[in-house]
Amino acid sequence: MSARAEITVTVNGLTHTRAVDPRLLLSDFLRHELGLTGTHVGCEHGVCGACTILLDGRSARSCLMLAVQADGAAIDTVEGLGSMEALGRVQQAFRDHHALQCGFCTPGFLMTITDMLRHHALESDAQIREALSGNICRCTGYEHIVNAVRELARERGPLK
Amino acid sequence: MKPARFDYVRAESVAHAVEALAGAGGDGKVLAGGQSLMPMMNFRLVKPSVLVDINRIPGLDRIARRGDRIALGALVRHRMTAEDPLIARHVPVLHAAMKHVAHLTVRNRGTFCGSVCHADPAAEMPMMSLLLDATLAITSPRGSRTLPARDFFVGSLATALEPDEMVTEIEMDIPPPGTGWGFEEFARRHGDYALAAVAVTLERRDGRAHDVRLAVMGVGEMPARLGAVEALLEGATLDAARLDEAVDALRAAITPTGDLNASADYRRHLAGVLARRALKDAWTRAGELPA
Repeated sequence: MSARAEITVTVNGLTHTRAVDPRLLLSDFLRHELGLTGTHVGCEHGVCGACTILLDGRSARSCLMLAVQADGAAIDTVEGLGSMEALGRVQQAFRDHHALQCGFCTPGFLMTITDMLRHHALESDAQIREALSGNICRCTGYEHIVNAVRELARERGPLK
Repeated sequence: MKPARFDYVRAESVAHAVEALAGAGGDGKVLAGGQSLMPMMNFRLVKPSVLVDINRIPGLDRIARRGDRIALGALVRHRMTAEDPLIARHVPVLHAAMKHVAHLTVRNRGTFCGSVCHADPAAEMPMMSLLLDATLAITSPRGSRTLPARDFFVGSLATALEPDEMVTEIEMDIPPPGTGWGFEEFARRHGDYALAAVAVTLERRDGRAHDVRLAVMGVGEMPARLGAVEALLEGATLDAARLDEAVDALRAAITPTGDLNASADYRRHLAGVLARRALKDAWTRAGELPA
């Protein structure tokens, strides 16, 4: 029971099987067990949004989940969005609009925005700001992030 | 911080879950959405010896209509409640409330029943369960029982739930067609816990208000229905003078406490402002029903 549990998760399309302590947070599993340090840990109580990942296609706080709960799940992290050589579309929009400064919060924003672009109306700045309200950025003042999302929302296809 | 050690049980059924709770010696915890419990475990404010994960129990993620009641299983996430077309159409006051629940990412995971069991005095679901005369379906190895929401909340973050019990479902009123409603909340930032909120439903017949319900949160140890205000408005025409009386009665009936976000006086004032708006909205929205 408190013994380590074997879990199998698919992260960014690659399947991993590991034995984990039940109290291991999903955020720490991604960072320490899989070496995917793009997922950042800020507040560790669900407020800052830096650790946001996609769990079966929907955004979730990885600091508010246990790794053992993710057994069988498909997870996407910021590493899956693109590479240094070929930025993903959301990453490129952030670069184009100077939507980051220190970058600590950026992985969480990128994953949140990926979910919101698929599933939520982002027709007005108010809706965009509501969609971003669960992620905290201490550098940008949000204006450039909103600009990036506005551009992404304009060019996207129909909602899923 | 990280959670303290615990035994983890992935429950396969409600019976399995409550057996595990009963075996935990009084400090087992149910893990549903985890959006309140996990922060408390990360801070080690809560250190369960056994954590019973109910997320894989089949059949608990359903929203079902039963006549003039609507039932939400223990794994109905906030997003499902917020997007449910039946609720949007027939329980618009609940649909409106869901827009204030935390942030979209939190709504993907958090559950209605879990929030009710967490019993935060400034969270929407406990207040809405009072407004809509909810009944909780509760199971333990000793059997099953139902409990009205008004008997469920016993203090801040405290409920009448026994250590070996879990809530499997919450059932709430679908207000009669034409019921007017109002929902007003004020928080420092969108999605934050409310400084205060007020929810109202009423029917309007013959130019008068009937079956007035008014619930508040954020202004006391627990969310509450304000019976004195409801009684004052029963059979009344909600003109400016009567709204003034209702606001005065509401401010007299609540005992808010101050904290770093707002003083007690400010919360009392705010609750009155929100109540006036919510009552006006409900009065305006109410379709005139035959007497």
